[in-house]
Amino acid sequence: MKSYNNTILWEDERVDGADKVNGKAKYAAEHNLPNMAYAVFVTSTIAKGSIKNLDTTKALSMPGVLDVIYYANCPSVPGYISNAAERPKNVIEWRGHKVLYDNKVRFFGQPIALVVADSFENANAAVRFVKAEYELEKFETNFDKARLDVTNLKPTSNYKRGTEKKFKEAFAFVESEFNIPIEVHNAMELFATIAYWETEDKVTLYDKTQGPKSTQFTVSRTFGISDKNVRVIAENVGGAFGSALRSWANVPAACIAAKKLNRPVKLVLTRPQMFSLVGYRPQSWQKVGIGADAAGNFIGISHEAISNTSRYEDFREGIVDVSKFLYACENVDTKYNLLPLDLSTPIWMRGPGEATGCFALESAIDELSYKLKMDPIELRLKNFTTINPENKMPFSDINLKDCYAYGKNQIGWKNRPTVPGTLKENGWLIGYGMSVGVFGAGKGSASVRIVLSNDGKIVLECAVSDMGPGTTTSMTMIAAGALQMPIQKIKFKLGDSDLPPGPSQGGSGTTSTVGSAVDLACKTLQQKLKELAIKSAPLFAGMNADALEVKNEMVISKLDANAKIDIVGLLKLANQDKIDLTITSNGKTAAQLKFTSNSFSAHFVKLGVHPKDGTVKILQVVTTGDAGKIISPKTARSQMLGGVVGGIGMALSEKLEIDHRSGQIMNASFGAYHVPTHLQIPPTDIWFVNKPDPNINDIGAKGIGEIALIGFAAAVTNAVYNATGKRVRDLPITPEKLGYKSKQS
Amino acid sequence: MQPCFQQDNRRSFLKKSTSLVALYLTPSVFVKAFAVDTIVPMPIPKEKLTITINGKLLNLEIDARTTLLNLLREDLAFTGTKKGCEMGQCGACTIHINGKRTKSCIQLALNNQNNKITTIEGLSDGEKLHPMQAAFLKNDAFQCGYCTSGQIMSAVACVREGNAKSRASIQAYMDTNICRCGAYQNIVDAIVEVAKTGAKI
Repeated sequence: MKSYNNTILWEDERVDGADKVNGKAKYAAEHNLPNMAYAVFVTSTIAKGSIKNLDTTKALSMPGVLDVIYYANCPSVPGYISNAAERPKNVIEWRGHKVLYDNKVRFFGQPIALVVADSFENANAAVRFVKAEYELEKFETNFDKARLDVTNLKPTSNYKRGTEKKFKEAFAFVESEFNIPIEVHNAMELFATIAYWETEDKVTLYDKTQGPKSTQFTVSRTFGISDKNVRVIAENVGGAFGSALRSWANVPAACIAAKKLNRPVKLVLTRPQMFSLVGYRPQSWQKVGIGADAAGNFIGISHEAISNTSRYEDFREGIVDVSKFLYACENVDTKYNLLPLDLSTPIWMRGPGEATGCFALESAIDELSYKLKMDPIELRLKNFTTINPENKMPFSDINLKDCYAYGKNQIGWKNRPTVPGTLKENGWLIGYGMSVGVFGAGKGSASVRIVLSNDGKIVLECAVSDMGPGTTTSMTMIAAGALQMPIQKIKFKLGDSDLPPGPSQGGSGTTSTVGSAVDLACKTLQQKLKELAIKSAPLFAGMNADALEVKNEMVISKLDANAKIDIVGLLKLANQDKIDLTITSNGKTAAQLKFTSNSFSAHFVKLGVHPKDGTVKILQVVTTGDAGKIISPKTARSQMLGGVVGGIGMALSEKLEIDHRSGQIMNASFGAYHVPTHLQIPPTDIWFVNKPDPNINDIGAKGIGEIALIGFAAAVTNAVYNATGKRVRDLPITPEKLGYKSKQS
Repeated sequence: MQPCFQQDNRRSFLKKSTSLVALYLTPSVFVKAFAVDTIVPMPIPKEKLTITINGKLLNLEIDARTTLLNLLREDLAFTGTKKGCEMGQCGACTIHINGKRTKSCIQLALNNQNNKITTIEGLSDGEKLHPMQAAFLKNDAFQCGYCTSGQIMSAVACVREGNAKSRASIQAYMDTNICRCGAYQNIVDAIVEVAKTGAKI
């Protein structure tokens, strides 16, 4: 038990944690409905072309097979109609690949048919009997090759302030290129959708989504039915990291099959399909130039980037944006181009473009620090700014200096060799590195329903989701703090599109947006209770609501602490069985809009590089976060720990391999695509400034999901340089890149 | 949260799909030989399986191709055991077979005649959490919760088999279980805490 606001006692465990440790928490695929059928995708074995013939006869004769749905027999889907004039008014064209729609193949592993059977085993067994004959077309999946031909590039917006390429005139400058391969989210829960049409125009979905409302909107607009006839349930989401911010092929495919067969259909992706059907961090190339005067003041920054997208859809993210505002610098220019390839469409992956951009910028700053013979932390402090140089607005709050101070001390920065490759411990070359992360802190609109029942219990509802950060817990804590009542009496419900509208969980915005709405709902309830007390309790007759307060489950006079009534008694007295309110909290106020808001992080790494084989072993990590008030310390710490682990993967092991002769992904499994596991995890210290940001929202809290990872990979490569004198600019860091021979060769 | 199925709707729904239901209930007695394919589809006879799950003896008739994981999740509603890869690579499906930790996704259910299975649901004593479950909760050794059942089943085996002597030995033993949210440090903390008590778990 811990005290909260000095008055309240609560357990600091996750409020929904017990269900997760005893196996009761149900995820999308874990709902078994009566008469449910099982669907499995058949996927393409070419990267580009068209299907000349698809033979389904053998599959259809297999035991238990109910249907094989593909372009020739797929029912019409209103959202698949390309011609706007032909589409019904309430329909929006499906964004991206229209699954089961036509005979075109756009990427290797694209679903070309859906086998539906009475059991998972029967569906799975029939998949291999669906035979496709293809007409192969010329394709390109090789980013490194294709980006060299400028005619392949699609420009997006460019940016310039001051003089372009000014860094080249500086006393000291560096200009370097950086490469990050495709990385795949690979949440542990497989994408899954269960669809059930109750009537012709009413559907219920159990879906893995970061946004029940967003999926509801997608389905209603694709199938031309009203929002209220689409219910999307996602009570628990087994990780997503950005991949479930949109609906992928599994959603329309399950809906189509359930409608065609008129029975519930469960569609679960396989792990290999998780590599090609639900997005990824795009491959990127970057060039960063940065120059400073002799004192270390930045003179100019140039940041160019190219990232891949699919051939059929544009996906862009904020790769070059960090260079525009993180440091004081008068001359900044950025360029960002897209490179369409014959792959599926990427999507935001934790830290999205900012993680990509910060890797390059923070590596370049480290390089520059050696040229200037300056401590890299000193160099960053030299260019520290409290005014965002891009929009000239003050940061709502920025405490990076505190992060530097804490991290420097905890990691033992004083032991860092100023000459790389000169420190050894236990036979390992030792290096220290640090890096900064930054991400926008927003506040959007959300609605929350709050119900106080006559048993004294509070239920709050919002159609947001919780993919793991602990939203249910932090929202409950915000309510407990605002109402000043025990957390055990409060329940926060999410993960159902029938609840009042809330945002998708993403972009580090949930706590600020939904938290503000929860806070407002609680304050509105308190106001109602005061008014009710004045109206119904003779004790408070004629009093002003401002003279009352609501805490400890009572309405109390501020003037006389003995004048009080408990809220359950008050409801009884007023002859009410509940108070039921729904409020909407809007985006930033005019006062808050005078500031620009970000969350910041600073990562510190100590690592060893083995001089014999180039093995990199991270020995210690200190990650610090500046994200306003920390609502739920325990889950926030876990979220930061998770970001560090994601960063370790990005730095040391994660890379999607594609065979460019076929367009096939070569390592579509956990056995071949290496995510960090227990053995790679160093002792990690997490620290937060934990100071409310007075200018972001009423609760003073900002998001941490992205900053946990953003910048981390650069802290590792910077430490590797410090240990060895070898600069790795292409992730992931492997012994070959440090000049060691591959063990296999 | 329950799905929005009204009794009436279900009935009318069933009526509508009668023909389909009839089709799918028909035993697949047709054996069709194909000229080209080497694998010939056969009717799938049900096989008998006697198995004890979480202390309960069950006599089942199952599809011979069913994995132990799918038997648990799809047929018996023990959805606490998770499907993460179906290749034995991620550990989300870890259970105990006769007390030994095993990945249930690469086990045919039929290979478990007379075996005693413990899943995450069988670990707790009613509402009372097993000490390892409680330690996971206390140490926040998870985020999304999806790998958690497998981590806990491995963690219990780790302590029982005497592999929780040091953080390094725990990390080595637990390396079979992936957590993409990155709760690893807290997972090891939880195991250390349970191991320190020296209690038989």
